Amino acid sequence: MPTFVRTDKCDGCQSQEKPACMYICPHDLMYLDKNGSKTGHAMKAYNQEPEQCWECYACVKICPQQAIECRHYADVVPLGASVQPLRGTDSILWTIKFRNGTTKRFKFPVRTTPEGSADPYGGENEAVISEGKDHSTLFTKRTHSCDMSQFVTS
Amino acid sequence: MGEFGSPEIVEEEVDILIIGGGMACCGAAFEISRWVEKAREEGTDLKVKLVDKAAISRSGAVAQGLSAINTYMGENDPSDYVRYVRGDLMGIVREDLVYDVGRHVDDSVYNFEKWGLPIWKQRGDEGKSLVDGGKPVRTGRWQIMINGESYKWIVAEAAKKALGTENIEEHVFIVRLITDKNDPNRVAGAAGFSVRDNRLVVYRFKCCLLACGGAVNVFRPRSVGEGTGRAWYPVWNAGSTYSIAAECGAELTMMENRFVPARFKDGYGPVGAWFLLFKAKSMNALGENYQAKNVEDLKTYGYDAYAKGPKIGTCLRNHMMMKELKEGRGPIFIDTPSAMAQLAANMTPEEIKHLEAEAWEDFLDMTIAQCGVWAGENIEPDKEMSEIMPTEPYLLGSHAGCAGIWVSGPEDIPGTPDHYHWGYNRMTTVAGLFTAGDGVGASGHKFSSGSHSEGRIAAKAMVQYVLDHPDLKPELGRPVEDIVEELYRPVRNFLEHKDYTTAIDVNPNYITPKMFQFRLQKIMDEYVAGVSTLYQTNKMMLELAEKKLEMLREDSLKMRAKDLHELLRAWENYHRLIAAFAHMKHIQFREETRYPGYYYRADHMDIDDENWKCFVNSKFDRHTGEWSLRKVPYVQLIKVSEDEPAGMSRPGSDC
Repeated sequence: MPTFVRTDKCDGCQSQEKPACMYICPHDLMYLDKNGSKTGHAMKAYNQEPEQCWECYACVKICPQQAIECRHYADVVPLGASVQPLRGTDSILWTIKFRNGTTKRFKFPVRTTPEGSADPYGGENEAVISEGKDHSTLFTKRTHSCDMSQFVTS
Repeated sequence: MGEFGSPEIVEEEVDILIIGGGMACCGAAFEISRWVEKAREEGTDLKVKLVDKAAISRSGAVAQGLSAINTYMGENDPSDYVRYVRGDLMGIVREDLVYDVGRHVDDSVYNFEKWGLPIWKQRGDEGKSLVDGGKPVRTGRWQIMINGESYKWIVAEAAKKALGTENIEEHVFIVRLITDKNDPNRVAGAAGFSVRDNRLVVYRFKCCLLACGGAVNVFRPRSVGEGTGRAWYPVWNAGSTYSIAAECGAELTMMENRFVPARFKDGYGPVGAWFLLFKAKSMNALGENYQAKNVEDLKTYGYDAYAKGPKIGTCLRNHMMMKELKEGRGPIFIDTPSAMAQLAANMTPEEIKHLEAEAWEDFLDMTIAQCGVWAGENIEPDKEMSEIMPTEPYLLGSHAGCAGIWVSGPEDIPGTPDHYHWGYNRMTTVAGLFTAGDGVGASGHKFSSGSHSEGRIAAKAMVQYVLDHPDLKPELGRPVEDIVEELYRPVRNFLEHKDYTTAIDVNPNYITPKMFQFRLQKIMDEYVAGVSTLYQTNKMMLELAEKKLEMLREDSLKMRAKDLHELLRAWENYHRLIAAFAHMKHIQFREETRYPGYYYRADHMDIDDENWKCFVNSKFDRHTGEWSLRKVPYVQLIKVSEDEPAGMSRPGSDC
């Protein structure tokens, strides 16, 4: 389901440094049509290569206006269904609407710590330069126990 | 700021360049900064930079998220991990590299949990972290379940903090490495361009980590309209790692290997949790358990040497499925309703609701498209069965495949032969060029966590490399103008010829990147064991493929780019071509069927351990277009255990 951008919701991220969807798309698909020459809708984003869309939802999840949705791949999937998330800082809420009208909702945690709080080196060991050639350890020194009798030469 | 067609040229010198931003490169960023910090304290200042063609919070294979971490040792010994990997990859892996990942991988997982990744725990251990002995929910011996929607976001957050955002350049696509002026077997630089503004970048460095994923959309996919993008592996993995390394002169290994996952049809949703956690069964159209039925058939071509009881390699399970499809007993179904009913039999309504949520989360965390297919077709998995289907082939080295680059391993693994170790850990045959994740060949099944660990292993070795070479002054072996000319050729082709015709896409002077990709996919699909021949090829088909691929390589000089987005696609598709070429040459060289169920050399249907229980390595000369291939001996480092299949006890073949 390539993503599409709703004209009634997209504001081109004008209050932000750069359009969020254009920034985050891993495949360079989302594009801000500044003057409307590509779409007829100036200052709104669009998916410029829908047949290359992986449906990873990175743009859908990050859009501050919730202006991006998905229409399932037209060459594969019957029309009428939708799968839409609302991603918060600690959980994500999914609404799945089936073609026949059945609706399911799920909520899952996404992280256990506050956004932006990951501390790579808090409480960790320092590197020891003289151990640079020792392959049996990384700086954290938490190598798994190794049963050396399992080697052919042992 | 430059203009389209005449870009601004930016040159920069660093000590270490990290090319890519996926799990391996995030691991490298995490490990390296700690060593750089210490080196600085001791008087050596090292400059490190990371460049990614996308944004690292959502780049690489884990961009969408994952519902499981597939490599976690826990209570297991790394030697058993080696046995598992060599079992699934038909006996030929670099056991030193696999072991090295195994002994380091759990620490990456501990860190993910510390940074905020939710990891499922067994009842009674909720709230107890893995590092403190908390017991994870296992779906298999090596796999653990997670709430992984934000997996990459969290790992990238730690990487950014470790390296500093000022040392990370996003939306810059590296397309070529440049060797050193004074030593053609040493890497000295990299060139690429911004996909946001008209800027071409040339880096000089002492060493680099090249880890930008596997190769997707090399073969014609089963869905060819909008669904082209619904690849199983991420569609943005363009084979850049293999192509850039090969063109720099690095030796590749096991590029004949591929992965053809059997997945939920069309959406390509994961089957692991359904088979392993929910115990679902698969069947053919007649309702038969085709796996049990086809075990005897494995003897026909000697495939049974690599199957013993439940230990059957993934490719052999595919092989048994393909037999059904070829003989007209498809489709293959996965019986999700029975599995759910059996699990729900002794559950409270509350628990059943939770089970249903778990089943959906498996997809919503990592393959949302599968939910789209189900919702569109009104399939509720607890009420209706789904089809499973082998996909188009993929080239990769971190998931269940082992295509990649030949690297030096660690020196402390007992029994390591000299040809496994010639220098720095994870360094290729080109001095200063390191790789990890999908880049390292002959050692699959690292998955997300193992790729992160391997990036760390490479990062530590790169720091050592730089400290050992204080006087190294990288000098580019080519003038910068020459590089600019080459990188921007597709733009020039467009600007020079666009007004010759009225239709922008139909012009005898150039080919669009999209048509170039279609042509590549057609050749690979029809001649190199794609879906349309049910994964079969032979010597004659490969000869024809070679001729057609060579002409496509000639035409790559005529690719056009009408904007920066197309320039990105032009170079991605060139990378796909070189990766595909390597795959074809390796299949041509290995005259046996090592991976039945992934591909068949129909003219050599046997597994031939006497002649082919060895690695196949290749080198590419980009100036002459010649490939040279050779056999490299396999050496067993871990003892064979009683429950391994007979093939594991056979000696490696003479090379």
